[in-house]
Amino acid sequence: MPETIQPAQLVGSNPIRKEGRAKVLGQARYVDDITMPEMWYGATVRSNIARGRILSISFPPEIPWHEFTIVSAKDIPGENTIVHLTKDHPCLAAEYINHPDEPILLLAHPDKRVLPAAVAAVKIEYEVYPAVFTIEESEAEDGPQVWNPNPADVAHHHHLKNTFKTYLLQNGDPDEAFAAADFIIEGEYHTGAQEQLYIENNGIIGEYLGDEGVKVQGSMQCPYYVVHALELVFDLPREKCRVIQTETGGAFGGKEDFPSVIASHAALLAMKCGHPVKICYDRGEDMVGTTKRHPSRTRHRTAVSKDGRILGGTIDFAIDGGAYATLSPVVLSRGTIHAAGPYHWPHLIVRAKAMATNIAPHGAFRGFGAPQSLFALERHMDKIAGVLGLTPEEFRRRNFLKTGDQTATGQHLLEPVDMQALLTRALKEADYHAKIARYAESNKTDPIKRGLGFASFFHGSGFTGSGERRLNSLVEIDLTPDGRPRVLMGSTEFGQGTNTVISQVAAQALNLPYEAIVIAQPDTGHVPDSGPTVASRTTMVVGKLVERASRSLCLTLTNSGYVPRGYTPEEFQAGAIAYLAEHGECKVSARYEPVGEIFWDDEKYKGDAYPAYAWAVYVAEVAVDTRTYQATVTDFHALQEVGKVLHPILAEGQIQGGVAQGIGYAIYEKCEYKNGRMMNNQMTNYIMPTSADLPPIHVHFEETPSVQGAFGAKGIGELPMDGPAPAILNAVLNATGIAFNTIPLLPEDIFERMTRTSDTGSEALEPAVDRDTRVEAEVVA
Amino acid sequence: MIELNINGKPYTVDVPPMKRLLDVLREDLHLTGVKEGCGEGECGSCSVLFDGVLANSCLIPVLQAEGVEIGTIEGVAIGEQLAPIQQCFLEEGGAQCGICTPGMILATKHLLDKYPQPTLPQIQEGLAGNLCRCTGYSRIFAAVEAAAKLA
Repeated sequence: MPETIQPAQLVGSNPIRKEGRAKVLGQARYVDDITMPEMWYGATVRSNIARGRILSISFPPEIPWHEFTIVSAKDIPGENTIVHLTKDHPCLAAEYINHPDEPILLLAHPDKRVLPAAVAAVKIEYEVYPAVFTIEESEAEDGPQVWNPNPADVAHHHHLKNTFKTYLLQNGDPDEAFAAADFIIEGEYHTGAQEQLYIENNGIIGEYLGDEGVKVQGSMQCPYYVVHALELVFDLPREKCRVIQTETGGAFGGKEDFPSVIASHAALLAMKCGHPVKICYDRGEDMVGTTKRHPSRTRHRTAVSKDGRILGGTIDFAIDGGAYATLSPVVLSRGTIHAAGPYHWPHLIVRAKAMATNIAPHGAFRGFGAPQSLFALERHMDKIAGVLGLTPEEFRRRNFLKTGDQTATGQHLLEPVDMQALLTRALKEADYHAKIARYAESNKTDPIKRGLGFASFFHGSGFTGSGERRLNSLVEIDLTPDGRPRVLMGSTEFGQGTNTVISQVAAQALNLPYEAIVIAQPDTGHVPDSGPTVASRTTMVVGKLVERASRSLCLTLTNSGYVPRGYTPEEFQAGAIAYLAEHGECKVSARYEPVGEIFWDDEKYKGDAYPAYAWAVYVAEVAVDTRTYQATVTDFHALQEVGKVLHPILAEGQIQGGVAQGIGYAIYEKCEYKNGRMMNNQMTNYIMPTSADLPPIHVHFEETPSVQGAFGAKGIGELPMDGPAPAILNAVLNATGIAFNTIPLLPEDIFERMTRTSDTGSEALEPAVDRDTRVEAEVVA
Repeated sequence: MIELNINGKPYTVDVPPMKRLLDVLREDLHLTGVKEGCGEGECGSCSVLFDGVLANSCLIPVLQAEGVEIGTIEGVAIGEQLAPIQQCFLEEGGAQCGICTPGMILATKHLLDKYPQPTLPQIQEGLAGNLCRCTGYSRIFAAVEAAAKLA
């Protein structure tokens, strides 16, 4: 037997971020840092009404229009659509307007400084139609119909007015539970829109290369989504739509679907003017014109027994999708499945719908529907506990899912789950019991009211249900001329650590140093489609493919005899070079295969919703100043079970960053709209947390390796977005006795409730009266 | 003609006097380590050192920069050798997407010049003009603390 070398434990260690050196030197090249010879600049002329019809477009003579290239819908060689799941979303509005700031015309000019005045000068006259801006206005029977489904879709499904998508998740018969209930508790919960606020705005450079087709490069998460969009807009085959991801300065879902729009625009201008065209939005345009998190409304009606068991319930979950469907059906899907949380529901119905409004389309944002429905659920759990006279802890303990149980979709939890232990540890880490006792005393006299709250939740890793099978992801590894393994994948780095973690996985599987691994730039001309970089799937699903492909490369080279078994890195490299000299190329691949049986019924919404789940308990401590009405998070503990942690420093950074966004979602970040247009589209008045606003964020991991992911990893990217908001509002309830059920919770909201006369009482003291929601708690026994 | 001193080197540029220093650095001098995040002095991505003081280059007309010692991220490393702050940002995970990193490193340099051994509140305050959407700042604080220890 040849001597085997013990694999270095790269997985679980903290190698330096793969592209980190370029970033700390300021040498990383983002799209706006790139210029090309003869490059022009593009800008977008947008609607200034929410809904209506274009009557005329004119170009006042004070602008030298002959210097500009102007693109309208008529210039589109293929279909005037940005395809996501359906084709309702035009690339450029041709006649009808469905939201403010909808793109109508594109302008290009060699000097970007002249563009703003030209955009402002274009005169567009409209016939204005009535518009809707909220879920309630959209669903009103006497309101206008603002969205028409694709006729092809109507043939298959019964469509309700203004409704992009509905789901019905049914498990048992809640009526039985209501009949047997000791208490029926209702509640209504709302969440607002949230801006991703990546610090690098959206930007793309488009080129038109004649017979070679179109080429775009820029800031994005999913190069193959952009390929698909370009195929339709340009009526070109896939191989003539080349898409390259440049260094991307944050995304958080905000560069999942939108780059298809800006890429189509830049390439259309390039085709018409004959130059490369760069479109980089400024902050104001990015904030009004691109996607945000879907606002939501969730109504819970829950049957419980006196001894604190959930008997069953109904959950009505509605999200505001904005003017076009974009990704709303899949955001709704994730929200629907997560609405039940980590609890056992003997009977449950979730009715979910995504509604159309005349607001710029809402889209992907970290968490993807789950933060919305989990906010409602975890606030509702505290409410039920209050009605029953149980602590939030005890009520949850009586209802947690455990290993072997079935989730609301009927999925058997085969891998270990221990919410009881997670809760115990999280509360201990946060010193929860001692602190709530201490604050109950100090709150009697201190004008600053302190309290703690928590949220228990899960997040499914990977695409929902049969999604991963449909994606059919492919990863390749080849050898560079100097004998180094190079990973080829469409998966992208945008700060979360894809390049680093994938290099660790490949190096570990190949028993090579981390530095030996090369990650190819995502360029659809050279890399295969490993699926979109979304849904907390890259480390788990793509990582597993990289692990398999690495083993395959190892076998290929050792079987060839060029590389000895039990090789040293030097022997690997020398053997790889020799192999290339003989064969010219060495490329291996791995395609997605389900790990174990995965059953999913898309019609009935039954089965194995996700291949794996991350489980978590987050504890927030708050201080509410009764003189300024400001709620501040003063301490935060995030405990999660995420399988094997491949890179502890990156993982901790992911959790802390997600928690920070979650704190913003809960108490700082509010999108203000007027007639459907975001009014605070600036960093000066859309308030994200600064370094001075955040508490210490303590991150704790439990590691239970999963068979689903690379070296036992599960997804973590989205998880930390789910827990903070409900934990914080539960803490505000603990601190003040006031139940707030809407986020963001700003000082003016607290002021309004605290200064309201006569009914500032406590949910805990008078359990039957809920003073915030529009639905009264109903005590039937 | 406007004369500038950037990272200790003299430059002469022929640009309108009201052109933003940010644009002159990026477009005329190709020093693209300085980034635009908001264009209104809120996010700090365009931070430069202006006679040693942290300043938002998106708010400075280039004329005002004449006779000023301007420091950018390109001047922080010593040749190929990373400065200790850069090394600490790398090792502690202080950079994720990297777009705020040049500004954040200059803010740290400014902070450590002022307080060689800063307390956590001083770090929080000193970096409060530089927004980061990825990290929640914790690992940036760790990087600053590590850099202070090396000083």
